Amino acid sequence: MNTLNFTPPGKHDSGDSVVNGVDLSVNFAGIKAPNPFWLASAPPTDKAYNVVRAYEAGWGGVVWKTLGEEPPAVNVSSRYSAHYGKNREVIGFNNIELITDRSLEVNLEEITQVKKDWPDRALIVSIMVPCNEEAWAYILPRVEATGADGIELNLGCPHGMPERGMGAAVGQNPDLIEKVTYWCKKHYSKPVIVKLTPNITDIRVGAQAALRGGADAVSLINTINSITGIDLDNMVAKPTVGHQSTHGGYCGSAVKPIAMNMVAEIARDPATPTLPISGIGGISTWRDAAEFIALGAGSVQVCTAAMLNGFRIVEEMKDGLSRWMAEKGYESIEAFSRKAIPQTTDWKHLDINFKTIAKIDQDLCIECGRCYIACEDTSHQSIAKLTEKDGARRYEVIEEECVGCNLCQITCPVENCITMVPQETGKPFLAWDDDPRNPFRAAS
Amino acid sequence: MTSPLNHLPSAKEVGTFEPATLASNFSDLHPPLTHRQAMIESQRCLYCFDAPCVEACPSEIDIPSFIRQISENNINGAAETILEANILGGSCARVCPTEILCERSCVRNHDAECQPVLIGLLQRHATDHMQFDDHPFKRATSTGRHVAVVGAGPAGLSCAHRLAMLGHQVTIFEAEQKPGGLNEYGIARYKMTDDFARKEVEFLLEIGGIDIQYGQRLGDNLELAALHQQYDSVFLGLGLGTSRALGLAGDEAPGLMPAVDYIKTLRQTDDLGSLAVAKRCIVIGAGNTAIDMATQMARLGATEVTLVYRRGVEAMSATVHEQEIAKANGVRMITWAQPDDILLDSQGRVAGMRFAKTQEKAGQLTATGDTFEIAADAIFKAIGQGFEGASLRDATAAELARDGERIQVDDMLRTSLPNVYAGGDCVKPGQDLTVQAVQHGKLAAHAIHQALVAKQEAA
Repeated sequence: MNTLNFTPPGKHDSGDSVVNGVDLSVNFAGIKAPNPFWLASAPPTDKAYNVVRAYEAGWGGVVWKTLGEEPPAVNVSSRYSAHYGKNREVIGFNNIELITDRSLEVNLEEITQVKKDWPDRALIVSIMVPCNEEAWAYILPRVEATGADGIELNLGCPHGMPERGMGAAVGQNPDLIEKVTYWCKKHYSKPVIVKLTPNITDIRVGAQAALRGGADAVSLINTINSITGIDLDNMVAKPTVGHQSTHGGYCGSAVKPIAMNMVAEIARDPATPTLPISGIGGISTWRDAAEFIALGAGSVQVCTAAMLNGFRIVEEMKDGLSRWMAEKGYESIEAFSRKAIPQTTDWKHLDINFKTIAKIDQDLCIECGRCYIACEDTSHQSIAKLTEKDGARRYEVIEEECVGCNLCQITCPVENCITMVPQETGKPFLAWDDDPRNPFRAAS
Repeated sequence: MTSPLNHLPSAKEVGTFEPATLASNFSDLHPPLTHRQAMIESQRCLYCFDAPCVEACPSEIDIPSFIRQISENNINGAAETILEANILGGSCARVCPTEILCERSCVRNHDAECQPVLIGLLQRHATDHMQFDDHPFKRATSTGRHVAVVGAGPAGLSCAHRLAMLGHQVTIFEAEQKPGGLNEYGIARYKMTDDFARKEVEFLLEIGGIDIQYGQRLGDNLELAALHQQYDSVFLGLGLGTSRALGLAGDEAPGLMPAVDYIKTLRQTDDLGSLAVAKRCIVIGAGNTAIDMATQMARLGATEVTLVYRRGVEAMSATVHEQEIAKANGVRMITWAQPDDILLDSQGRVAGMRFAKTQEKAGQLTATGDTFEIAADAIFKAIGQGFEGASLRDATAAELARDGERIQVDDMLRTSLPNVYAGGDCVKPGQDLTVQAVQHGKLAAHAIHQALVAKQEAA
């Protein structure tokens, strides 16, 4: 059978780094990829078959599902569960799967072949072995022999592995993070990325430990300990294994705000100012990716969105991101990376004299009364409920009462109907540190 | 009931539709939502505060609350929210002109969507799928009072149920052999299928304390004076039983009959094929009954159905939605024409009708002088209903103060006769709608209760 090898005009090859005239390529801690969209270490990257399909679809890189010691892990049946929205859209996703349950030999062989076949794509190998130097010294040269571009240390798996002294058991102990990273740098010559667990108090501590150990980069977040729901008939959580359940790792859109804060915390930390960050956590669209990059991510890793929709989503991610970059005049990912960091600060540095108040566009208002009842019951009683002569409802902001909390704007179902309008107060910028009302203000 | 059409062939003989098609022509016009559709639709509700839809509902159902309950899959909770305001919520979900009530006022109409939440279908979803082990409403301790309700239509049933809840004993006197009133006899067959009217009344009666006596007709074998004397209070839910006459020569000719009488037969028959069908027919009127008549005749197999109205489309009391249904069924609509003469064949049967063209001049409807004729085998009158003659033969009922043709009531639904209340289509206030009748019955029950309790306290 003849196969037509024909690319229609305007259709780019899945590996092209230039999309819509914009260069999406990245050099992340020395790892090159045609675009910043990588698949995170997870079921979609468990074997060559999936990874090749991902590359064919256009993903810039893949973090191969975590390799471990022999014998391989054994998984239970019934592994995922979801936190659904009202219309069955998956808001959050939870899994109790362990690291790869395939043999190390097979994985290494496949990694070698795939890297050989797809030299332009990033291929990173996730690894988790017990917390002793021998274990790492044994596996690292074998991984290096595959030709993969780098490794990612899985120090965050929240279930199954901690019981064996691995995963989050290491990631929650800064000294162990540093030690394991150090061993990796000692026994492996290519870039080492340390994947951080969010199941800690201060994410910066883990990043600082990784840097001390010599890490080339960090990636975050791993999944968050979670129970997504209870079967109230049988009084057991989901996913249900037989008649029991256990907590799993939470990911998907719901974790994005948590992940973005943690990324920003590290990007803003004076102790880790240039540490490259691979952003992970609920990235489903090009906009999510742009936001992570603006907060300091140099690449992004996706899992849940691909698991729910298939690998094809990367096409729109690349297309949307490149069109937006072209519109904004950003010529590379680097050009807008960390752009939102200078404006991300601590509460105490905010301008206490800034004032914004709500404005309701009466032409757009559909008279649902949601802003009124939200403000009246739970906020500052700053919206008046009036009745027009013809019986129509009218809601008006009582400007002198409005504190600019944004609640009405948030609960309003109509886009752009309520806007928050910054007010000219005539007052200078004043941070809380300098505010005379601050009882802990440093004496000037 | 359809004896004026005895000379016409049956639907089966006309043969426009196979039996199976005929049956499906009278199945649910607006199929119910599936569970999934109901869940999605319920999400569209914005849970408005002081919601306009509630204001627009004559029976004051807390619509945002019951929709929220549906969205939480709390179907029994949703049904109870509906039924505590409107015990006939199931039939109202089917027959309410929601397009001019709750759904018209839905704020989603303003939205970029321009599409209201499908409140009627959601209400049907809740009431169709409720599953109660016991009747959801309990009776208060017996008051020892006994109230007579005349008419087992929506107003009477609603009044009786609420009175029973409040602890009173109720006896309903119904002229027909079945309860339900227009729900049983007057609503288009495809709007209320599967014997729903009967099932709904059965559910309503589960509360207990309500006895229905059938074949009891005011002015015939029932006297208001006697009820007034024997019972602590009386509620009249008489409806409007008589069709107005055209006032033309030939009003009694075979082939001419009131639409409501035909619909009544249509609603009760087990064999649609046996119904008399006029292949060419004319329907006079512009209300929902006229639309129902024209549409059902088309669905039975009539090939030329013409609806004639003396004014313009904008003056029709049938909603635009109803008009669209008729048009979709091939009904031709002629406006600005009024009956001028009934045309008869050599045997004195209806052969058609001559119409006089009309116009409006200075607010007055006048004939232009032009006429035209439409050939037809039958003419159905749907020009409005009046009081049944018999009920007015009752001496006491005839003395009740009137507001125009209808019984005058105050805002407590009290008539001019002490302890006698009335509601539904037979009274002046409100619209002639099932939901309005239910509200009248409910309010009258509370008014009756208040009066009886006050009396008890005074004693």
